[in-house]
Amino acid sequence: MEFPVLSFIVFTPIVAGLLILLIPGGRKNEIRVTALAAGSLALILSIWVYFSYDIDIGGYQFVEKYSWLPQFGISYNVGIDGINAPLVLLTGIVMFTGVLISWGIDDRPREFFVFLFILATGVFGVFVALDLFMLFFFYEIAVFPMYLLISIWGWKVTREYAAMKLTLYLFIGSVIALVGALAMYFASGLGTFNMIALERAGFSTAFQRFWFPFVFFGFAVLGGIFPFHNWSPDGHVAAPTAVSMFHAGVLMKLGAFAALRVGIMLLPEGASFHMPWIILLTLVNVVYGAFIASVQSDFKYVIGFSSVSHMGLVIMGFATLNSTGMLGAGIQMFSHGIMTALFFAVVGIVYDRAHTREINQLGGFRKVMPLVTVAFIVGGLVSMGMPGFSGFIAEFPIFMGLWKSHPWIAVIAAVSIVITASYIIRIIGQVFFGKIPEQFIGHISTINSLDKVALVFLTVILVLVGIYPPVMVPMVNSGVENIMRLIGGA
Amino acid sequence: MELLQNHLLSLILFTPIFAALVNLILPKESNFLHRWTAFVLSIVPLVLSIILWILYNPSVSGFQFQEQYIWYSPINASYHVGVDGISLVLILLTTILTPLAILTSFTITDRVKTYMILFFLLEFGMLGVFLSLDLLFFFIFWEFGLVPMYFIINQWGSEKGEREIWGGRKVKARTYASFKFMVFTMAGSLGLLLAVQLIGVTAGTFDIIMITERWSAVDSSIFNLPIQTIKAIVFWAFAIAFLVKVPAWPFHTWLPDAHTEAPTAGSMILAGVLLKLGGYGFLRLVLPFFPEESKVFAGALAILAVASIIHGALAAYGQDDFKRLVAYSSVNHMGFVILGIAAAAFAYGTLDATIALEGAVLQMFNHGLSAAGMFFLVGVIYERTHTRLLSDYGGLFPLIPVYGGILIFTSMASLGLPGLNGFVSEFLVVRGAWPVFTVFTALAMIGLFFTGAYILKGIKMALQGPLNTRWLDHLGEINRRELLIIVPLMILMLWIGVWPAWILKVINQAVMSLY
Repeated sequence: MEFPVLSFIVFTPIVAGLLILLIPGGRKNEIRVTALAAGSLALILSIWVYFSYDIDIGGYQFVEKYSWLPQFGISYNVGIDGINAPLVLLTGIVMFTGVLISWGIDDRPREFFVFLFILATGVFGVFVALDLFMLFFFYEIAVFPMYLLISIWGWKVTREYAAMKLTLYLFIGSVIALVGALAMYFASGLGTFNMIALERAGFSTAFQRFWFPFVFFGFAVLGGIFPFHNWSPDGHVAAPTAVSMFHAGVLMKLGAFAALRVGIMLLPEGASFHMPWIILLTLVNVVYGAFIASVQSDFKYVIGFSSVSHMGLVIMGFATLNSTGMLGAGIQMFSHGIMTALFFAVVGIVYDRAHTREINQLGGFRKVMPLVTVAFIVGGLVSMGMPGFSGFIAEFPIFMGLWKSHPWIAVIAAVSIVITASYIIRIIGQVFFGKIPEQFIGHISTINSLDKVALVFLTVILVLVGIYPPVMVPMVNSGVENIMRLIGGA
Repeated sequence: MELLQNHLLSLILFTPIFAALVNLILPKESNFLHRWTAFVLSIVPLVLSIILWILYNPSVSGFQFQEQYIWYSPINASYHVGVDGISLVLILLTTILTPLAILTSFTITDRVKTYMILFFLLEFGMLGVFLSLDLLFFFIFWEFGLVPMYFIINQWGSEKGEREIWGGRKVKARTYASFKFMVFTMAGSLGLLLAVQLIGVTAGTFDIIMITERWSAVDSSIFNLPIQTIKAIVFWAFAIAFLVKVPAWPFHTWLPDAHTEAPTAGSMILAGVLLKLGGYGFLRLVLPFFPEESKVFAGALAILAVASIIHGALAAYGQDDFKRLVAYSSVNHMGFVILGIAAAAFAYGTLDATIALEGAVLQMFNHGLSAAGMFFLVGVIYERTHTRLLSDYGGLFPLIPVYGGILIFTSMASLGLPGLNGFVSEFLVVRGAWPVFTVFTALAMIGLFFTGAYILKGIKMALQGPLNTRWLDHLGEINRRELLIIVPLMILMLWIGVWPAWILKVINQAVMSLY
């Protein structure tokens, strides 16, 4: 029997969480080292899976299947294809860097890492699940620790409000999606939750058109689709740094991915019926999100709303329903995940030292932390879609896909590029350049080597994908071909 | 040798990146080390491009030294580079000016390491535009060059000066200038981005050679508009992006600010090479992709060209700031490039068109030399006097005779004195454009008259007249390092002025087989 690498990836975090529970809470360094070991292991395994996926063969690989509740057709069934392999890698990367960034957490680090790792297991689980029930199971596992992580370790001013808001939004969304999933289960008459079987269930057109919005929007709430996006900036801002990184970097992808996997792939005719108006919602995401980001005075809110804008591009790419747009959306999920993790890491580093996030009160951080400045500039260039960085590799095909399906939308959405550039330049100018305010002189400590490792790691990935897209493009493309077969487009 | 033959272009393109990495590794403390490493490494692309020039066969049409590798297969974009006579000339210009600009930057003392790295990234971006035979790569490099230039102006630009922006808030002039540079170019590129995507979708490829063959025959409709309308829109999207960069009136207003605030070396590269990207875009993309639209709108381009020539000259005459004067002279001179291109677009295939295009390409090269030289000389005097106002100078010739002589020489090359380079190219443009756009060319000649006026004004106010005594004991003569920068430029100016055949030979075949 083959080495069950996907199960190892999924359960490494939670096992490590249990181990950490056994360590006395006072021995913080042991806790941190254990966490780092688990993060490294998950990262190495996910890199290994990513590079040993055989693109020429395609389809689902590393598949594992065990019966779980056979009488209801539920099984533990995991596997990866070209779409979710990058997302597994993304989760591994964010988990690893998240642990590094959270090194300085001093308030109950044991519990913090335990919840963070439960979250990580949930996320890995959703990405690799091939069983609809399993997907929900892991989805809820991922959402629940978020509440505690934000409300306990979050920003004191808004943490309870934000945690409550976030959790309610996401639970309502997932309940709606669950209703749709159950409808599929019963309508298919196959008596199974296996998604590959459900893909071939042949739901009637009327059924698909009716149930698609339930499933799609239920998940897309977590993807931050307008008008259900406003949990997300509040949640981002209130969360502690590593949680924001997870939250924006990975969790929002979870929503988009599940909307794709369950909504579009299982109900393709419903998708082609509803997408023409859904794409308008994503247009609002893209342009309005960028605009709102540009008028924020709080550093972290800017990044929070920029995520709304960029996730809009992901769903917009799906909504083109053609291979080019989907390809771009697939890469954008990865690229945005890394970029926004980098952004939140930087925001966290700045806030930890300045104790304010008001852009006007910051300045001159270039002098004390040049590496952070370079990292933020690279992240900024990625988010502007500057050629040579991964954002361009992702956004360019999304726009090409739009030209094929909705040319006017492409023209309007392009406005967001200018708005994004303007707020990124503003932040770079205000926070990192210019004069350092007097109260900070001598009070800003430099960053430690763990932070440096995390920032350099994330930055290098953004540049690597940007200058050498063959590391990711053929893989995502093979996944997209599979989706195209299901929705019957070209 | 094999490697050199087969990958010569990639070597030229990536040497600056290698140089940037070397500078990245070197310790930050030693400015001396960074300066000399940068200078020595920047010579390498120059040597390679001279080898390229020697190996290039000017009697063959089409692209030479092509290399192609898969890069982004699902959308059919590949790493594809190659040179023809036009790009060869501009590559040589880039690789000549970069070492000189780095040598100029030896006076920079603030964050030398970062500065040199940015300069190499800038060179990489510029070379990439000239080398790309893939539309997507062209666009990538086009945008890429923007970033280092923004930071060079924003961080190393002139320390003095404030600008009032809306709301009465005051910002540093260099912040204002760099932002304006970024916004103008980005806004121009936005249309370019959309147009590139549209072409990629309809033609199914980004390869410039293949698009040239296919695009004019494309017949699919988008937006439910007739294909002619779409092509006209796409044509203008390209044209405006390039006109902003050239810059042509009325898109030129970013240029005087950016030039004035940029450090000397930044201005040299900005005027010397970056402006040429716009002209090159017209030659490489607009004319071959849109032969019919170019012909239809050639008159409009000619009007903009003439407006640039006249407005640039008059505005230059009106300046008291020496650097601003030189900046407006760029608008004036680059107008001739557009005029040549417009004439050629209208009458492509005729002898007049060929002459006009030869003139336009040569004018780009010549303006690169003379504008870089002029900005350098302004920088030299600014470093000594800390003022750029012409009215603060006066009668400096006796104090600094060598500098004065060089300034007059370079000014004369810029003015178009027969025997120096500017004359050859402007003559060719005017000769080619006269039968095509007689009235416009005649108007441009009037602009040429004002060119003489502003250049003489600059010389008169700086060098002649009563001596401004405050400089009596404070003004040092041009030094050896500075001579090393300006003398090669002067030799080239004279060389092209008296014997332009060596360079026209290379340009000639390329412009005849452009499309």
